[in-house]
Amino acid sequence: MQDMLRVENLWVSVDGRQVLKGVTFSMDYGEINVLFGPNGAGKTTFMMTLMGFPKYKIEQGKIYFKGVDVTDRDLFERARLGLGISFQRPPTVKGVTLRKMIEIISNNGSNDEDIRTMIDQLNLAGHLQRGLNDGFSGGEMKRSELLQLMVQQPELVLIDEPESGVDIENISLVGQAINSLIGKDKVKDPKRGALIITHTGYILDFVNADKGYIVFDGVFVCRGNPRDILAEIKKHGYRRCAECR
Amino acid sequence: MPVGKAYVESVQEKAEAAKDKKAAFGPDIDLARYSGHIERGKIESLESLAAQAKEAAIMTGISLEEEQRAGSFLQVDQSVVYESLNKAYEGQLEIMSTTDALDKYDGLEEYFWKSVPVDQDKYTAQAALNMTHGYFIRVFPNQKPQYPVQSCLLVAENYISQNVHNIIIVEEGAELQVITGCTLSKSDAEGIHLGISEFYVKKGGKLFFTMIHNWADNFHVRPRTWAIIEEEGSFVSNYVLLKPVKSIQAFPVAYLKGDRASAKFNTVVYGLKNSYIDLGSRIILEGRETRGESVARTIAADESVIYSRGDLIAKTKEFCIAHLDCRGIIFSPRADIHAIPQLISHGARKAELSHEASIGPIAEEQVEYLMSRGISKDDAISVITSGFLNLDIPYIPEFLDKNIKEVIRATSQDAL
Repeated sequence: MQDMLRVENLWVSVDGRQVLKGVTFSMDYGEINVLFGPNGAGKTTFMMTLMGFPKYKIEQGKIYFKGVDVTDRDLFERARLGLGISFQRPPTVKGVTLRKMIEIISNNGSNDEDIRTMIDQLNLAGHLQRGLNDGFSGGEMKRSELLQLMVQQPELVLIDEPESGVDIENISLVGQAINSLIGKDKVKDPKRGALIITHTGYILDFVNADKGYIVFDGVFVCRGNPRDILAEIKKHGYRRCAECR
Repeated sequence: MPVGKAYVESVQEKAEAAKDKKAAFGPDIDLARYSGHIERGKIESLESLAAQAKEAAIMTGISLEEEQRAGSFLQVDQSVVYESLNKAYEGQLEIMSTTDALDKYDGLEEYFWKSVPVDQDKYTAQAALNMTHGYFIRVFPNQKPQYPVQSCLLVAENYISQNVHNIIIVEEGAELQVITGCTLSKSDAEGIHLGISEFYVKKGGKLFFTMIHNWADNFHVRPRTWAIIEEEGSFVSNYVLLKPVKSIQAFPVAYLKGDRASAKFNTVVYGLKNSYIDLGSRIILEGRETRGESVARTIAADESVIYSRGDLIAKTKEFCIAHLDCRGIIFSPRADIHAIPQLISHGARKAELSHEASIGPIAEEQVEYLMSRGISKDDAISVITSGFLNLDIPYIPEFLDKNIKEVIRATSQDAL
């Protein structure tokens, strides 16, 4: 069976600066993978490139999603194919309410009652009339991102630092939402997958991650059990882990 | 008893002295070009209007069936053709032409040319020297009609000057909503609409005023509006212009005279073709603890030119607060937007005046954000544009609300 995602020798620059330097990566359907790495390593760049944001220039390499070469496909097409992303710091879009956003996304077929359940699950009923991310706290933004993804129902979910800016009480809520996105009650949907960026590793308490990777200076340097990797990072730091290939 | 002859004469004298006085802003118009005159007869109902006039009226929010309306007023060119008051609201408010009101009430001297200066410029002067009706609406003390009054000032003929003088009085403790549409039924008409509007909101009163302008390529518009708001009174003005116009220049004033009075202006403008648009709002904070807000959203497409002005003027020595938020998007390399906010404090050491102004393209990151949710680029731009213009006006018929959003969507795509 083909990989859900396959990346071959990817070189990416942003604003003229080389960020990714020959990344080769693959993941199967049903996998949940975690990316670790210091700030500026290229983790977010990797996700944004997968998603197709124009600022991230692919100079070399290929991206295949569900067997389809999406390297030259635009953002909208990749979303329609089944990719979805939860931003670490989503932009504010005043004038477009969260409600409006959900309505537009759900034209792709989600059921009204299901949506109401999702809204309640994420405690966002009071935010529907507000501009997207306008004055939202860190936790509210994360929940809003996840709500949109739950309505969008992408097959591969890219989640950038789901815990950042989120208080301890809400991390559990975020974790549950991620599980809803990729399957129920930690029994994974074999057709869905997730790629999660984390610094703290807290999210590992809520999702059953399969593999962890360290991204360091634009390359993937290490792969293994995510909890083991996290322990190593805490003990030795990223650089030491990067040197131990 | 009618307004005193001496008073009217003094108004006319001032007007005469100013009849050639150029306005401070906007292109100068040769009013001699628009000297046509036409009389029209009364109609039995709004539904008996000619087809083109009906369509034009509907597109400015007028309900021909008068559903959910406390009353209606329709002027075509220089004639009042229809006025009515919903029976359920008798005793709560009155509606008539300003001409009739001036004839009926001598007390109207307190409200007639008492706020808008008759000698402000040649347009106010013309409106005084050659007044052609306008609407008079008064809501009685403590009355709060559930539904709005609708009025439509429509031009159906070429080369005329429609010179209306509108007066709205919201008596103490009363509330009123007004939807006004100003438009053309003849889309290639050349002419000018001069609209003098004087609004008086008494103590504790509330006036919620929505004006939709639908003009066309050859038409000039020069409204002059003052609202005087007394103690704890409140005035909200919504203004929408989404169609081309030859030129329009207006700078309405909300004068917060009484303590704790408040005013808010919401202006939404889409500049198309060769439109020359010079619009703004001025809030004067004289009373203690007065509050003002002015929000303007403009989009300039094609070869349009937009001046978006906002003045906040603090006069009180006590606390007052006001904010100006003026944003523009340029869709065309041949269009212009001038955003001109102005904050003035006359020794008002406790006044808090602030503004934010920006002009820019639609933010790419916002478009991409929506695209990442599976929304096409065109739809993303349309949604963001509609949201930017943020048209949420109560009592606008749903189809009109949809139509306005469709106009924005289609125009945004054309402009891409």
